[in-house]
Amino acid sequence: MITIPYLTAVSTYFSYGLLFAFGQLRDYSRRIFDWWSTNNLHGYAPICLAHEDFYIRRLYHRIQDCFGRPISSAPDAWVDVVERYSNDNNKTLKRTTKSTRCLNLGSYNYLGFGSFDEYCTPRVIESLKKFSASTCSSRVDAGTTSVHAELEECVANYVGKPAAIVTGMGFATNSAIIPVLIGKGGLIISDSLNHTSIVNGARGSGATIRVFQHNTPAHLERVLKEQIAEGQPRTHRPWKKIIVVVEGIYSMEGEICQLPEIVSICKKYKAYVYLDEAHSIGAIGKTGRGVCELLGVDTADVDIMMGTFTKSFGSCGGYIAGSKDLIQYLKYHCPAHLYATSISTPSAQQIISAIKVILGEDGSNRGAQKLAKIRENSNFFRAELQKMGFEVLGDNDSPVMPIMLYNPAKIPAFSRECLRENVAVVVVGFPATPLLLARARICISASHSREDLVKALQVISKAGDLTGIKYFPAAPKKQEEERDAIKLD
Amino acid sequence: MDTNLVEMFNAALDWVKMILDAPSARVVLFGVPIQGHIFVEVVLGFVIVILLSQKSYKPPKRPLTEQEIDELCDEWVPEPLIPPITEDMRHEPPVLESAAGPHTTVNGVDVVNFASANYLGLIGHEKLLESCTSALEKYGVGSCGPRGFYGTIDVHLDCETRISKFLGTPDTILYSYGLSTMFSTIPCFCKKGDIIVADEGVHWGIQNGLQLSRSTIVYFKHNDMDSLRSTLEKIMTKNKRSKNLRRYIVAEAVYQNSGQIAPLDEIVKLKEKYRFRVILDESNSFGVLGSSGRGLAEHHGVPIEKIDVVTAAMGHALATEGGFCTGNARIIDYQRLSSSGYVFSASLPPYLASAAITAIDVIDQNPDMLVKLKQNIALLWKGLSDIKGMSLASNPESPIVFLKLEKSSGSTKDDLLLLEKMADRALKEDSLLVVSSKRSFLDKCRLPVGIKLFVSAGHSDSDLLKVSESLKRLASELLLES
Repeated sequence: MITIPYLTAVSTYFSYGLLFAFGQLRDYSRRIFDWWSTNNLHGYAPICLAHEDFYIRRLYHRIQDCFGRPISSAPDAWVDVVERYSNDNNKTLKRTTKSTRCLNLGSYNYLGFGSFDEYCTPRVIESLKKFSASTCSSRVDAGTTSVHAELEECVANYVGKPAAIVTGMGFATNSAIIPVLIGKGGLIISDSLNHTSIVNGARGSGATIRVFQHNTPAHLERVLKEQIAEGQPRTHRPWKKIIVVVEGIYSMEGEICQLPEIVSICKKYKAYVYLDEAHSIGAIGKTGRGVCELLGVDTADVDIMMGTFTKSFGSCGGYIAGSKDLIQYLKYHCPAHLYATSISTPSAQQIISAIKVILGEDGSNRGAQKLAKIRENSNFFRAELQKMGFEVLGDNDSPVMPIMLYNPAKIPAFSRECLRENVAVVVVGFPATPLLLARARICISASHSREDLVKALQVISKAGDLTGIKYFPAAPKKQEEERDAIKLD
Repeated sequence: MDTNLVEMFNAALDWVKMILDAPSARVVLFGVPIQGHIFVEVVLGFVIVILLSQKSYKPPKRPLTEQEIDELCDEWVPEPLIPPITEDMRHEPPVLESAAGPHTTVNGVDVVNFASANYLGLIGHEKLLESCTSALEKYGVGSCGPRGFYGTIDVHLDCETRISKFLGTPDTILYSYGLSTMFSTIPCFCKKGDIIVADEGVHWGIQNGLQLSRSTIVYFKHNDMDSLRSTLEKIMTKNKRSKNLRRYIVAEAVYQNSGQIAPLDEIVKLKEKYRFRVILDESNSFGVLGSSGRGLAEHHGVPIEKIDVVTAAMGHALATEGGFCTGNARIIDYQRLSSSGYVFSASLPPYLASAAITAIDVIDQNPDMLVKLKQNIALLWKGLSDIKGMSLASNPESPIVFLKLEKSSGSTKDDLLLLEKMADRALKEDSLLVVSSKRSFLDKCRLPVGIKLFVSAGHSDSDLLKVSESLKRLASELLLES
């Protein structure tokens, strides 16, 4: 749990209040100026009401250059960030043809498959020549090629389940599968910090939704007991079924879910477990099989395992793995399988080749090296950041590490300062995180070398000093005694 | 007699007054002489106060004890996660062993493919393969991030500019999945309380978007302009208030479920009369309709600025994956921050974006592909015009040729099984891939089911002849006996 220091909370509220006040002032003067310019809506209702995009116009546009930075090379360890300039105070940004080579700490490239790979890319190009970029058809019509069939088998074996189904987009997997499994009269209990795709899928299904405190199995048990005893709202009939939705690694916190306790509670109360391994598949565990392998949970206990291929496998798409009957049922009813164009065949080939490399079936031990490297890199980086006095979230072994910023002014300051020193970081604020808890999120990759990480640490330390985000006392080291250890502001 | 009664009554009243007045006959409190009835009223007042202050009887509320909760939890038996699998659920789709062009290979046999929406025959085109290969070598496969966090590659920005230039609109936004384009765009602009008038035959992506938007949805009869007019009339007379109420009409250019083409000129006339905004899905008409492939607006001669939001999936004529949305700058800008499928999802793999750019270039330079496609559609229509038991239900200019069952058996499930059998036999006996309608239980569309054929500019005359002969034969064998 993040506990924000009192003084920081006060200063953050004050900053937001100031920004809000200025924004309202500017809106007011804009309204006066626009009063005598003609309204060109001609009787149509305005498409965005003034208060709906207040945050975008008055707060987000000021720091827009920190987000959506275009790159002109592959998202590898070093990346070419395109320079942009603005003539109207950041409202619109224009590209230039110049780019700077920066260290990439923002892309989800956990195992380094995000660029040209000596084993994968030739095979991908071969499958492109054979099958072309797309099948232009849904899976049930003419969109299933031999590569798709092989992919589903490969994924099922890798994850440890009897069968799997693959769709072309991770977000759409959640939105299209959850309504098929549960409908009105069912109950979905989801973690409070679950991803938007799960929330969308749950809302689209029509089931009742209850939330339990983030990663707290005791609260989950309380909620389950209460809900089973009470039954459906108003009619008090017993629930048809209950599904508990959790994620492997939470992308904004870097925490690993407490899966063994949650699975045992769900077994006791006969609820089904839905595990979303978007960030954890391929990145943690001895052979990269995700959070079940790391925490020693039998995959037969988790009813539905979902994941995406964007992060660790350098491709696109999502999968669901489960029992043979479950997958057969989904193939017959899931709208993403029946109506949407099937996943592009070269992308499917990339996933198969990446899995083969990870398991060592390509004849080398690059896979094992990559997995060891990412674990080593993450633990080293996290330990060093904590020693410097930063407030870093997340568990050991997790390659995602958020650094707390809190104050809205520090968000662009940290990002621009790092970019000046050729390090590309990702900063997140409201609404992806709660209002007070803005953070910078670092994603470590297996393709980062030790020198890259040391350089990154130097730059982040310098930027951290300038913006004053070293909220904890630094571990005393002989040459760092002078740099004031206590920096609570 | 009456006066006697009245006199007796008055006398009795005087007696009562005297009795009551007696105790306080000479008391004057605060300048008000106290009368006897005051005492009665005071006593009554006390009685009322005492009654009100009584606690009303409620049966005591006893929360469930721990033991009772445990018993309930033990007793509860959930439904199985999925219902039992039936035989028809085990149907396996055909597995292709080569590219899904006009001819493909299934189980080692060369098969004529009418199941891919490859309208211009761009699958396997060398220019596309070349640009994909160079993009793969430069950028790898995936983009490893959402658009806001270093997932924006210059190819994406080039693709957006190219599409805007091709269609003549100010701005475009790219989505990474065709189906998610509509269900991310609609909830962006339609919130609770807004009114949406949608065609009843729209596909599942649009239906899901409408459901997620929580607006009031009114359906009008499939492609029926009179029904649309009366629906709009009814809505406008009911809600004359509220200038902030947003109103939309949602339609597809070429309907996926039936092959009909929406009459855009009439829709635009109605929209301007009643002040609605139009959201149009041009997935199956982009690159197909119009003299240069610019879609339904060119086909009907309507300027593209009149349509407020145009979306399309690129998995059809452009032979790539993903989707896009174009419109004026305000609309597109707003989506970049509030569209969930754009903000919370990884971006389109760069090689698919570069394939899209090359495909549009090819369409621009070779407008004769569109002419060939139109010729093929006309030829197929001639061949299928007298098929027994089925009738052509799509528009003669649409690239989706839809044969619906003339006599439905009454249950959609049985119809679907029959059509599936027909498609299977077409594959096994005549080496033809055709599509039989599929319906998920989540789909609310109730249009008739049938066989769909996706015509491509790459089909030869002999292919079209073969499919007409085969379907005629199968229809006469399977449909007349049932």
